[in-house]
Amino acid sequence: MLRDEDRIFTNLYGWHDWGLEGARKRGDWSTTKQILSRSPEDIVEDVKASGLRGRGGAGFPTGVKWSFMPKEVKDKPHYLVVNADESEPGTCKDREIIRNDPHKLIEGCLIGGYAMRAKAAFIYIRGEFYNEAMRLQAAIDQAYEAGLIGKNACGTGYDFDVILHRGAGAYICGEETALLESLEGKKGQPRLKPPFPAGVGLYGCPTTVNNVESVAVVPEILRRGASWFADLGTPKNSGTKLFCISGHVENPCNVEEEMGIPLKELLEKHCGGVIGGWDNLLAVIPGGSSVPMMPKSVCDDVIMDFDTLRGVGSGLGTAAVIVMNKQTDIVRAIARLSYFYKHESCGQCTPCREGTGWMYRVMDRLVRGEAEVEEIDALYEVTKQVEGHTICALGDAAAWPIQGLLRHFRPEVERRIAARKAGQPIMEAAE
Amino acid sequence: MSGIDIAENQPESFAFTPENEAKAEAIISKYPEGRQASAVMPLLDLAQRQHDNWIPLAAIDVISEKLKMPKMRVLEVATFYTMFNLKPVGKYFLQACTTTPCWLRGSDQVMKCIKDKLGLENHQTSEDGMFTLLEVECLGACANAPILQVNDDFYEDADYESTAKLLDALKKGEVPAPGSLSGRNVSEPEAGAQTLLSYKDNGAARTYDPKISAGETGEK
Amino acid sequence: MPKLTVNGVEVEVPAGASVLQACEEAGVEVPRFCYHERLSIAGNCRMCLVEMERSPKPVASCAMPAGDGMVIRTDTEMVKKAREGVMEFLLINHPLDCPICDQGGECDLQDQAMAFGQNDSRYDENKRAVEDKYMGPLVKTIMTRCIHCTRCVRFSTEVAGVTDMGLLGRGENAEITTYLEKAIDSEMSANVIDLCPVGALTSKPYAFVARPWELRKTESIDVMDAVGSNIRVDARGSEVMRVLPRLHEDVNEEWISDKTRYACDGLKRQRLDRPYLRKNGKLSPVSWDEAFAAIAAKLKGLKGAEIAAVAGDTVDVESMYALKGLMTALGSPNLDCRQDGAKLDATTRAGYLFNSTIAGIEDADAILIVGANPRWDAAVLNARIRKRWLAGGLKVGLIGAPVELTYEYEHLGAGPQTLTEVADGKNAFATVLKDAKRPMIILGMGALTREDGAAVLATARKIAESTGMLVAASTDADGNEIPAWNGFNVLHTAAARVGGLDLGFLPGKGGADVSGILEGASKGKIKAVYLLGADEIDTQRLGDAFVIYQGHHGDRGAHRADVILPGAAYTEKDALYVNTEGRVQMGLRASFPPGEAREDWAILRALSAHLGQALPYDSLDQLRAKLRSENEIFTEIDVAPVAEWGPFGTEGAMSDTGFGTTVENFYMTDPISRASKTMAECTEVFVLPKQGRTGTEG
Repeated sequence: MLRDEDRIFTNLYGWHDWGLEGARKRGDWSTTKQILSRSPEDIVEDVKASGLRGRGGAGFPTGVKWSFMPKEVKDKPHYLVVNADESEPGTCKDREIIRNDPHKLIEGCLIGGYAMRAKAAFIYIRGEFYNEAMRLQAAIDQAYEAGLIGKNACGTGYDFDVILHRGAGAYICGEETALLESLEGKKGQPRLKPPFPAGVGLYGCPTTVNNVESVAVVPEILRRGASWFADLGTPKNSGTKLFCISGHVENPCNVEEEMGIPLKELLEKHCGGVIGGWDNLLAVIPGGSSVPMMPKSVCDDVIMDFDTLRGVGSGLGTAAVIVMNKQTDIVRAIARLSYFYKHESCGQCTPCREGTGWMYRVMDRLVRGEAEVEEIDALYEVTKQVEGHTICALGDAAAWPIQGLLRHFRPEVERRIAARKAGQPIMEAAE
Repeated sequence: MSGIDIAENQPESFAFTPENEAKAEAIISKYPEGRQASAVMPLLDLAQRQHDNWIPLAAIDVISEKLKMPKMRVLEVATFYTMFNLKPVGKYFLQACTTTPCWLRGSDQVMKCIKDKLGLENHQTSEDGMFTLLEVECLGACANAPILQVNDDFYEDADYESTAKLLDALKKGEVPAPGSLSGRNVSEPEAGAQTLLSYKDNGAARTYDPKISAGETGEK
Repeated sequence: MPKLTVNGVEVEVPAGASVLQACEEAGVEVPRFCYHERLSIAGNCRMCLVEMERSPKPVASCAMPAGDGMVIRTDTEMVKKAREGVMEFLLINHPLDCPICDQGGECDLQDQAMAFGQNDSRYDENKRAVEDKYMGPLVKTIMTRCIHCTRCVRFSTEVAGVTDMGLLGRGENAEITTYLEKAIDSEMSANVIDLCPVGALTSKPYAFVARPWELRKTESIDVMDAVGSNIRVDARGSEVMRVLPRLHEDVNEEWISDKTRYACDGLKRQRLDRPYLRKNGKLSPVSWDEAFAAIAAKLKGLKGAEIAAVAGDTVDVESMYALKGLMTALGSPNLDCRQDGAKLDATTRAGYLFNSTIAGIEDADAILIVGANPRWDAAVLNARIRKRWLAGGLKVGLIGAPVELTYEYEHLGAGPQTLTEVADGKNAFATVLKDAKRPMIILGMGALTREDGAAVLATARKIAESTGMLVAASTDADGNEIPAWNGFNVLHTAAARVGGLDLGFLPGKGGADVSGILEGASKGKIKAVYLLGADEIDTQRLGDAFVIYQGHHGDRGAHRADVILPGAAYTEKDALYVNTEGRVQMGLRASFPPGEAREDWAILRALSAHLGQALPYDSLDQLRAKLRSENEIFTEIDVAPVAEWGPFGTEGAMSDTGFGTTVENFYMTDPISRASKTMAECTEVFVLPKQGRTGTEG
């Protein structure tokens, strides 16, 4: 198990003062000036060397992403935009950072912003996190007041603003270009790429969008050295990670663990195990609703990192582990996700707008077995017709859970159709 | 308008209170010059908070004027995001998350409780105007599922009984402290955290070597 | 200039071109719904997906910039699957109402479903139903058919410059609508009907009227303003069913104004379909011979100076030429084509043309608008100014009555005083013009239809000369030729006007102009007045003069007439028109004039014989040949001329009165649009409320 000394979010459970004083005691803001005495390139190199991969789902190396920003500021300012639109079902880690350790994020904004020569950071927080937004704003105000951000931030001569912006209920705004549209005061409809945000981002200016956790871990990495972070975890999947465990475990929770922790260890050590015991496990969605599920056979010995999970046909995503035991109506669990994607489709492009509704409606019937067996193949084809044909990744995200279901639980889907035809009860499992 | 839910009865006018007017100006000033459209969501939120939790069309006009944004663009934003209400909602706006992580933990029971106690189905408002029920999508607190959001506050780890207690309190006009209804601390494991215990009593105090921060010790 | 290969064919395209354009360059058809070359790129329909080497997913070709060395394929299984998939998605919620859909037969969705779709559907769920929206008197909506391509939203926002349209809601519940279902308040609104790739937005006045395959399509020229929009007139039998835009990059691109499109129902009402003669104060139907005889009897013995002729705003070149010929033969110097009394001066052609050309607006970087409301005077031309403005870096100043335009402008002042300041370099906008590379002045009829119009014209000319609006052709440092520039522009509102000026349909030596003719008629000095489609004059002032009205509608002129000679409307004759740029264009006959009405040149030719002054041509071809031999302007069709600069205007005192605008109601400016029910409805919806009036007030 990860040693407490190696944990970054030392106030994850809010046992201590979230405010500036408490944060300082925990070492936040303690050597910021030294960090900012380094050149931006130097910092980017360190972040690259740490092996930090984006914590928002895609797992793209953060330092490499930062290096895409123009090397000098020309006629347009640079911006850092922090994605705090945490909306991926299963995911609830950024909320804890924001309400219990907000200064880690704010300091990360300053350092990351400096590394990208940004003028300001905009933190886009989902609208439902009202109390969290109030907390974060209070922390931002503290930081301004203490001269840590704003004009001459930390006494470095560097001017840097942090602006909090609340969303208003749209999962799609977690998609970086939709987020930028929303921040500009428009509907959250993803942009066509190219151009990419590093060239044309917020207000048409060079912009990098990073997840809260990616930004918040940067100060610790720079304070302890890139190799400290790189030595944790598994090769190319370094560091620690906040895991959000929900569903059928005894003790759902958020916990910071080392990348590459075995799934079984994660669930048993921190969450009191699967309800009904490990053998009662049916399947796990390991990285938020958008990644395909893994049946128990895979869960038995899989470890939790980007590359391993991709290798087993799933993904680490946001490390939001949704556990389903054998009492789960697995078809309904996925049908509910299909409803989610239908509800959250922005409606801009055809395959997603039309496909998410279609997929949900078929899924809804499959829950009750009201379908023909051939429709299963048709549904699979529809998911393939959506996947890869949309402007943003929501289409893929809507397709994958269904593909995962059909890959691993097709017999269950067929059984319901047969039962229905035979006039037998579908046997809706109790929760 | 079929898909777009806009109240039929609209007030004739809307104006920000002087206090909110000042807030609006402060919000607008947060954004770079010429980018005042960025303030459209915060201003819609402000109007909604001022106006019993829903936005009248007259407020769309006011905001459109204020931000020099066409009304249609403001309305597009107001109808795109689910948190903007364009028709009245109850004093207690119950937003029950039923997405898979909440459903796995018993959101059906929360919905059933609301139905049993208030007689409300999704999208309905109680006759006394006290409660509106809306089934919502993932609220981002899945380790504390199921979640019932009441106005701005999350009530977590809800089950039938705790939901019933919460609704009873609300009926009496009492608003219990938000957070876990089972009494657990944030998203810490219910049985007690297995991590960070060594920091529990020392405020998690930590110091760093400034030389490493300054990059002077190289890769060590 | 990136080079790429499309299906193995190497093509080179200009930098900034899209993959879709590269495909077209390679002769490869790429289906699309949302993409439109004149609108911003939405990339939402996903129909144009193509395979790109090194991309695991198909890419939207409309949005992907063409890059050097790209390898594109459109003939692979991946592309076929992608298209079939998108097509299927588009159709699952599209109603199966093609048999009753007005788009049928000219529907992109229908066509592409045939070409790229599969022949059955796997969709077993209920189809979505969407409530229809009110968008005004012109655009009919059946929103269930909408495929959310947003072309209409982009057109109205970008080209028309109005913000009424939008997409509300999200996901599968998203709906195209106008703000609170108000009518689209744009003079260009109905272009959304052409742009809509399905039958969601169709033509309300044309609803259930005809099927495209029943129609005879004729290429013609619009006469509702002086832009000379290229149109296609669709007729069934003798009836004009609809007017559509025809592509002309230099004139109207592919847009037309709502008046151009919809005034055509006025062709069916209040038509003059036989000759009339006033007997005992009442107009009675007579034969052509009787009518001609009556005219001959009346003109007999009149001196040339006692006869006058006025040409109207929508008449064609040939009939003005014929009338001028006749008047000359009768010895009359009293003729004028300037019904509104504009102090236009024909001494120098550049003095009355829109010299910069309409397409040239896109090169301008500063525009001074004087006494004009481009939005109403020439809606399509106004869209060109907006297009230029959207591109950035254009400064617009306006002198005259403030008007609602679709771009930002600086209101410099109300009238001649400000104009003089600019001319004298005392107004800051003079510096703007001087600093501009391609400055323009647009002089509207509001500046010229006044007593001091000639002095205004002279002042405008001075501005053109003093602020560098006349730029000779040159060569830049890299040896590139920089074409010449003439920034002096007169914005006409009458389709006939430039042709009339070119023909010299103007007072001859000692002759009277329009006001002189009216003055003379009211005082009895002018005893006979020939009104060729002239309805915009004050007919009360014709006194006791014998009035011959030749035209197609029972409008003001006909009401005052003693003899009515029924002519042909613009859709009923082959005719030449010269637009505000000086571009000679040819319209073709789409249907025959009603009843006994005849083509106008032919009426004049016949009358001339009755008067013993037979005009020297027996066919339209002969007329045109003679016209061309006398005036080389008419030899070249569809060319924007380069007119020589020279003297025009008359220096003199100007009044303090501000410049007004001349078009009071965009939707009703001539006998045809005044007879149009659709235009009456538009007036009711768009114009009267702004004037604080309702239709019932009269």
